[in-house]
Amino acid sequence: MLRKTFLAAAACAVFAAPALAADSLKIGFLSTLSGPAGGIGIEIRDGFSLALKMKDGKLGGLPTDVVFADDQLNPEVGKQLADRLLRRDRVNLMTGIVFSNVMLAVWPTIEQAKTFYVAPNSTPTRISGAGCSPYFVSASWPNEAYHEAAGHFAKSRGYKNAYLIAPNYPAGKDATTGFKRGYGGNIIAEVYTKLNQLDYSAELAQIRAAKPDTLYAFLPGGMGINFVKQFVAAGLSRDVQLVVPGFVSDQDIVRAVGEPMLGLFDTAHWSYDLDNDANRTFVAAFQKEYNRIPSVFAEQGYTTALVIDAAVRAAKGRIEDVKAFRAALQSAPGRVKTPRGDWKIGANGTPIQDYYLRVVAKDNQGRIVNKKIGTVMSGHVDFWAKECKMK
Amino acid sequence: MSAILFLEQSLNGVQFGLMLFLLAAGLTLVFGIMDMINLAHGSLYMIGAYLMASFVQATGSFWIALPLALAATALVGAALELSVLRRLYERDHLTQVLATFAIILIANEVVRLIWGSQPILLNPPAGLTGPVVLPGGIYYASYRLAIIGMGVAVAVLLYILVTKTKVGMLVRAGASNREMAIAMGVDIRRLFTAVFALGAALCALAGAMLGPILAVQVGMGENILILAFVVIVIGGIGSIRGAFVGALLVGLVDTMGRAVLPIVFAQIFSPQLASNLGPSVSSILIYVLMAAVLFFRPQGLFPARG
Repeated sequence: MLRKTFLAAAACAVFAAPALAADSLKIGFLSTLSGPAGGIGIEIRDGFSLALKMKDGKLGGLPTDVVFADDQLNPEVGKQLADRLLRRDRVNLMTGIVFSNVMLAVWPTIEQAKTFYVAPNSTPTRISGAGCSPYFVSASWPNEAYHEAAGHFAKSRGYKNAYLIAPNYPAGKDATTGFKRGYGGNIIAEVYTKLNQLDYSAELAQIRAAKPDTLYAFLPGGMGINFVKQFVAAGLSRDVQLVVPGFVSDQDIVRAVGEPMLGLFDTAHWSYDLDNDANRTFVAAFQKEYNRIPSVFAEQGYTTALVIDAAVRAAKGRIEDVKAFRAALQSAPGRVKTPRGDWKIGANGTPIQDYYLRVVAKDNQGRIVNKKIGTVMSGHVDFWAKECKMK
Repeated sequence: MSAILFLEQSLNGVQFGLMLFLLAAGLTLVFGIMDMINLAHGSLYMIGAYLMASFVQATGSFWIALPLALAATALVGAALELSVLRRLYERDHLTQVLATFAIILIANEVVRLIWGSQPILLNPPAGLTGPVVLPGGIYYASYRLAIIGMGVAVAVLLYILVTKTKVGMLVRAGASNREMAIAMGVDIRRLFTAVFALGAALCALAGAMLGPILAVQVGMGENILILAFVVIVIGGIGSIRGAFVGALLVGLVDTMGRAVLPIVFAQIFSPQLASNLGPSVSSILIYVLMAAVLFFRPQGLFPARG
């Protein structure tokens, strides 16, 4: 009897034990690592792993174990895997999600488990605005920011009208909303396509018929490769100025499309040629490790790891102290040099940072890269931050 | 919608259909003749595209690389049949699905090991990079015209092969009644290997021709395989003619759905509702078509089996 009680008590202790001021850190990395959009998750993972490696496998001084899981861009699968990471693997912290539809499906599970999540990509307006939470901090950008910057650029160029195309999922709607806010001009049409659509000939024919001044396309990953290839093959690049967010023109897509992309304008929060020491270190280390030029996604993964590192260190490993760790996460950008330069995290958990105009061009070694040519928005604050009641 | 735009969209539909036909033709042969569900068909498509990209890099010519990629993928297909799939013919469909699903995972990882996990470069051959002007003032991608030409040529060749030659006769015999064909002394094992290699070559052709307008990346096969299955279910399993008609139907319905439905909905519903409904309905349209075909003709439009 005594033995039984003891066992039960021991079991309770094991299962109920909060992640105490730990001597180690376990991070759940749930991401889209396979399928047509898997390239994005892999960029983020590689950036994250690089930072971890450069810190000898320790974040905030604690030995760190990362459990990887592949959501296959399926919200249902994502939810199951998040459950597994939280309950079976008992991770202290989550990160990794690429797509907003997965993020929105998984988020309630993470929040209910009172586990912190640091976003290396998707930061939907539903989580950064009225639905903000102390457990959510983004090391990437608010969903609408890239598109808002692109809208500003289109306006400054004097394009009289614009045609928008995006996938039919939450971030697609965030993209068109953001672009319209920045642009403020005449929108000919907003077209939403199926997520992971292969063929865009029907849409391209309609774009040709509509003759817009500019075409804004938010189609990340394989969708972007398909679209840009088909856009060029249809000869539309001569008649219509294509503008894209940095996700649709970065290294993952440049490698697959090549020369036809030269001269394309895009907006992003980072560029491989940003002039600061942390960035030079990052770009050189990434190229040495993976033998390719990093993309914005890789920078986001890398910076996510740096933010976690700084926060865990500042909180002295006490992740379970919600207030203290939240404060440590929010102030992390001030305590660490990241490749994107100076930035802050606002009260709603989203970054306050600059957005640049980039152009796809050849560097002095003849490689096709995204070069920074100007700043579109400085110290940009998430439009939805004011809806967040959290202080 | 103007007449010109309608014509262009029809052409787009035909082109997308022929694209699917290249993939569905091999799938329907294997499925129909060997009674084998081969999910790994999409992996051969991926391998074909990757080999094509590598041969283009190595030789510098699209047209030299094409036959090389076809031959190499046919060899991979034959090797796969001889080593693994041959053991699955007698098993039930569930086992086949599990085993070929495993092959998908293995193929994806092998491709990842060899070529890396990021998409790789494959562009149209010089001369087919821009658009051409068709009668009626339609600008059309010359490369898509090449796909139409290739699709029609393959359809004609397969038709001749299946209906006019001795090999084709054996293939048809195998598709309509395998046991009887064996009883009549057909060397079914060699036939199967040959058909599988042919199916793999067709996959490689699809992968090589589609690579320049679609992303060449790990997992590219799974996405398009679903459409290929829809095509052969609509067309009737084992029938080349069915695959051809089914592919054109799916291509046209999908493209026209995306082109026409938003316009129609905008007339009927509020703009808000129309913009939500349009993409959702057009993306399920081909599955509605499949359900309708299955309801009225459960064997598909052109059943191969009596």
